[in-house]
Amino acid sequence: MKTSITLRVDGEQRSLQLDTRTTLLDALREHLGVTAAKKGCDHGQCGACTVLMDGRRVTTCLSLAVACDGATIITAEGLARDGTLHPVQQAFLDHDALQCGYCTPGQICSAVGMLEEARAGHPSFVTKGLALAAGLSDEEIRERMSGNLCRCGAYVNIVAAVRDAMGKTGFPS
Amino acid sequence: MDLLETRAIGASLERMDGRLKVMGTAPYAFEQRVDRPAYLHPVQSTIARGRIHSIDTSAAGRVDGVIAVITHWTAPRLASDESKELWVLQSNEVHFRGQFIAAVVAETLEVARHAADLLRVEYEPAAHDVGFRAGREDLYAPKTVNAGYPTDTDQGDAEHAFNAAEVRMDETYSTPMEHNHPMEPHSTVAVWESEKLTLYDSTQSAHSVRNAVAKTFGLRGEQVRVISPYVGGGFGSKGEPHAHNILAALAALRVPGRAVKLALTRQQMFTLAGHRTPTIQRFRLGATRDGHLKAIIHEVVEQTSRFQEFAEQTAVPTRLMYAAPNRRTRHRLAALDVPKPSWMRAPGETPGMFAGEVAMDELAAACGLDPIELRVRNEPERDPESGHPWGNRHLVACLREGARRFGWSGRDPRPGRRPEGDWLIGSGVASSTYPRYVLMGSRASIRFNDGRYGVRIGAADLGTGTWTTLTQIAADALGCPPESIRLEIGDTDLPNATVAGGSSGMSSWGWAIVAAAREFRRRHGSRPPSGAEASAETPEGADDETFAQHSFGAQFAEVRVNAQTGEVRLARMLGVFSVGRIINPRLARSQLIGGMTMGLSMALHEEAVMDERLGHIVNHDFVGYHIATNADVIDLDAVWLEEVDDRSTPMGSRGIGEIGIVGAAAAIANAVYHATGRRVRQLPITPDKLVT
Amino acid sequence: MTPFDYERATDASSAVARVSAQPNAVFLGGGTNLVDHMRLGVARPELVVDVTRLPFSAIEPLPGGAIRIGAGVRNSDLAADRTIRSRYPVLSQALLAGASGQLRNLATTAGNLLQRTRCAYFQDVTVACNKREPGSGCSALDGHNRDHAILGASQQCVAVHPSDMAVALAALDATVIVLGRHGERRIPVTDFHRLPGNAPESDTVLEHGELITAVELPALPVAERSAYYKVRDRASYAFALVSVAAALHVSHGRVEDVRIAFGGLAHKPWRAVRAEATLRGAPATEENYRRAAEAELVDARPLKHNAFKIPMARNTLQMLLRQLAAGAR
Repeated sequence: MKTSITLRVDGEQRSLQLDTRTTLLDALREHLGVTAAKKGCDHGQCGACTVLMDGRRVTTCLSLAVACDGATIITAEGLARDGTLHPVQQAFLDHDALQCGYCTPGQICSAVGMLEEARAGHPSFVTKGLALAAGLSDEEIRERMSGNLCRCGAYVNIVAAVRDAMGKTGFPS
Repeated sequence: MDLLETRAIGASLERMDGRLKVMGTAPYAFEQRVDRPAYLHPVQSTIARGRIHSIDTSAAGRVDGVIAVITHWTAPRLASDESKELWVLQSNEVHFRGQFIAAVVAETLEVARHAADLLRVEYEPAAHDVGFRAGREDLYAPKTVNAGYPTDTDQGDAEHAFNAAEVRMDETYSTPMEHNHPMEPHSTVAVWESEKLTLYDSTQSAHSVRNAVAKTFGLRGEQVRVISPYVGGGFGSKGEPHAHNILAALAALRVPGRAVKLALTRQQMFTLAGHRTPTIQRFRLGATRDGHLKAIIHEVVEQTSRFQEFAEQTAVPTRLMYAAPNRRTRHRLAALDVPKPSWMRAPGETPGMFAGEVAMDELAAACGLDPIELRVRNEPERDPESGHPWGNRHLVACLREGARRFGWSGRDPRPGRRPEGDWLIGSGVASSTYPRYVLMGSRASIRFNDGRYGVRIGAADLGTGTWTTLTQIAADALGCPPESIRLEIGDTDLPNATVAGGSSGMSSWGWAIVAAAREFRRRHGSRPPSGAEASAETPEGADDETFAQHSFGAQFAEVRVNAQTGEVRLARMLGVFSVGRIINPRLARSQLIGGMTMGLSMALHEEAVMDERLGHIVNHDFVGYHIATNADVIDLDAVWLEEVDDRSTPMGSRGIGEIGIVGAAAAIANAVYHATGRRVRQLPITPDKLVT
Repeated sequence: MTPFDYERATDASSAVARVSAQPNAVFLGGGTNLVDHMRLGVARPELVVDVTRLPFSAIEPLPGGAIRIGAGVRNSDLAADRTIRSRYPVLSQALLAGASGQLRNLATTAGNLLQRTRCAYFQDVTVACNKREPGSGCSALDGHNRDHAILGASQQCVAVHPSDMAVALAALDATVIVLGRHGERRIPVTDFHRLPGNAPESDTVLEHGELITAVELPALPVAERSAYYKVRDRASYAFALVSVAAALHVSHGRVEDVRIAFGGLAHKPWRAVRAEATLRGAPATEENYRRAAEAELVDARPLKHNAFKIPMARNTLQMLLRQLAAGAR
């Protein structure tokens, strides 16, 4: 079945006519040419397809595009403004928190979303007493970023990048 | 060796493709912009052996948006069956469960996949055999093992020496079937237009894909172009072409003028992208009471597919690690109805050094010796099998440096002595090694234009840093700053390049660039006119084996094991490596910690489980097949000895892509033993193996 | 995926009517399980009714100290809710132990309860599975059953329920509020999921077309000292081998009140009533924790590859109770 939706993607209004079966991920990649969301597993098991939707980090491979009608999507491409990289993106470069780069845009959107969650005081599984202290320890960063697999094994540098970006985005630490 | 003077080499330049990658705009194969693409979804066999009797395509053909349904009855004929793996849709034979047996081309992904589901296949199944066991009667010796090494070696009388030894260690170790699983699935976009086939591919060697596709289809080389600028990981699985390359090209022939896009699903990666064979390894060590080895016997059983052989060189590292006058190594294969195994990071070294380095740890315990001291006592002066002098072997230095940094002295060697609440703490060490390979046949061309040097070579960057490191090498070879270099890689329109495999890329391509630069300067001097060019190949003798050239390293690991649940968690890990001169420290460290992380994953998580009744891998997704997450990797670092290898390459380097994984799993297994007193010899070390 | 119509529900009653009227219609929440199964071919609905815009997104206090959790509340919001964190920490921890941050932002309370087993044979439409196709056989029984059930299974099905949240809810005596064609009903969460018996195709007691509208937590003082332990093959983003949700109140060295539920052991969250009975009033000692675990596991029937779950479950319960008693969690 075909259906019409509109999405705001990286600052632009886009209108689409889609098969109801089309996921948000395929809508972005195949219909809108926005390839910063990547297909690593298509079953919600790797996080490479992570974007920010209405301000929250989400996987896009298990979201039906039609169910996201009206949503505001930001991908890693949209995080950079007028050629200036988002602090998280710059930190990834500074710390070489990537190698093949395929999981990277998803890692970055996940990190941006994750820092917002932490700023809002959301605990994680490793938060002692479920009460989040002022900043995120490395243990917290690792746990919160575990929804993004990296086969190249850049995790150590990803944590360093997130820690660095945390400091630069006014996150209390 | 005429070593380069270095300025750019050794600098931690930021990854040149990094900006595009953090923005998500670097185009991987499936993302290359093509007009009005069609989408390809394959159909896979659900039997492991037998024949296809019939395929009813009528329902699929009626689905709106389907362009073509291709079966072996309707597929274009291929020209060469030299590679059975690439003989796709040419016969009704089924060799393994998951094999391509048909495909649907459609206007959209959803239609292609849905229509593929509607194909009704009837088989004439045959009894399949996927039972991997050491006791099989049909095990055989291959003519050689991967990379051309001899299958068996013998020196002295190993059996006799072992039996006569004062201290004997005889254990069997096993590693499971593993899969490379780069985050980017294997993908190809194929277009057949005006007698020319263009493939946007994700490969470790554009030229290998071009050559294989041209041969298989009976085309001239110039008729096939492969473009692969960005590769989302490979780890060996993209080192040779696979069936999906052929399938995409077959489909493109059926719809000339239209681009056909194919990306394997993660599930399909378990049967169609190669795998590391499971191994069963009997390792025997015979030594004097004070730990001097008298006998080393390493016997390996592994699998291959019945239709095409691949023999992993698992016992080969044993041939060079330690001194002992009596030695034997053996490889035996079980030919099964499984997909063809292929390269996975450090094939041979990875599983072989797991067994060997746990065996050494067990011998150390039996002799009452510190495990580092045991290795030092058995350090060979020359390559034990070839007798060649070493070209820069520094294993002992790595072990000592690692011991110092890791805080090894003062370690109580007795297991189970460090409880912390519900957790048991332990540490372990293992050696690491990887050969220095240079592959012949790469060519680089250099052209000066508008103040900049265009350097062209069909090399590959899989996250390995090639875009950056070859730029650095070219800069120093030409004596100019990196900003003056414009590198092009990843395209068969560029000069031939050997595969990004065997950790040989920098050595092989870098040497070709150095040779081309020297030729350029010889011809055009230091103020070349615009348009000046030169090219050269990796020179004769680059792969000379007068010296036994290998990299070495030491892996140290500390683990925590929960005494109640059996959970094993890394506490910290350090690798110290001797790998020659480092081209780019930032990128080198990433490669090494990446390899170590993969080794951690191998030790604790990875196992593809074959259900023998079905002939298929049960846990065929990322939920069932675990790779390490961010939370698993605690305090992991890699350092190296500052050195310049004056025998290896003009850059003074040796190659670093794979050594990081070698020995890592053994260090962790040895740490688990030290923590608990329990020796786990079958990977992965999962909680069920430790809970009591 | 088979083609389907998509509709967005505007009110609960018409959503119920719509789905009830069509045998191959389903409700859509966050989609993290349903869309997965649609792509695998395990689910083949022809009509998908999206219920995420229904007004079920609040967490509200009820008279007497109970809490009402809307069916549409996202897992991440539920875990972060301050009341839940302070009064029912086991629920927060259980949610946070599941999936990943991104998935928790999408998954809903109802969807989490209704998620289906991750048995690899169930999810593979090319192999026999009684849950997918009654009568076709259970491939896990003699297959790779490391992840499968040791309690309450049958010869038809040895699958395990994958939800962490449901384990905590079972320990907390939660109630599932459901709207059907004939009105509302209240189902104790411990009765919500079924054991497989001879009808493994039915995961829950829901009738087709019934819609979960809320989950209620009773006021439960013992829940304030509660915790969740999840034993996994890797440190995060993995299903449980074994998990335990427990709440414990010790007074003067005796167990005054206790709640225990196991995950990873059965077709439903396993409320450990025998263990609780063994412990209530007994001295709060490690030996008694162990005895309680053994009492609960006495009928455990291991399969070829999952016998380890018995000591693992026993040890984990013992350890968690010890930690709760010591105030260490």
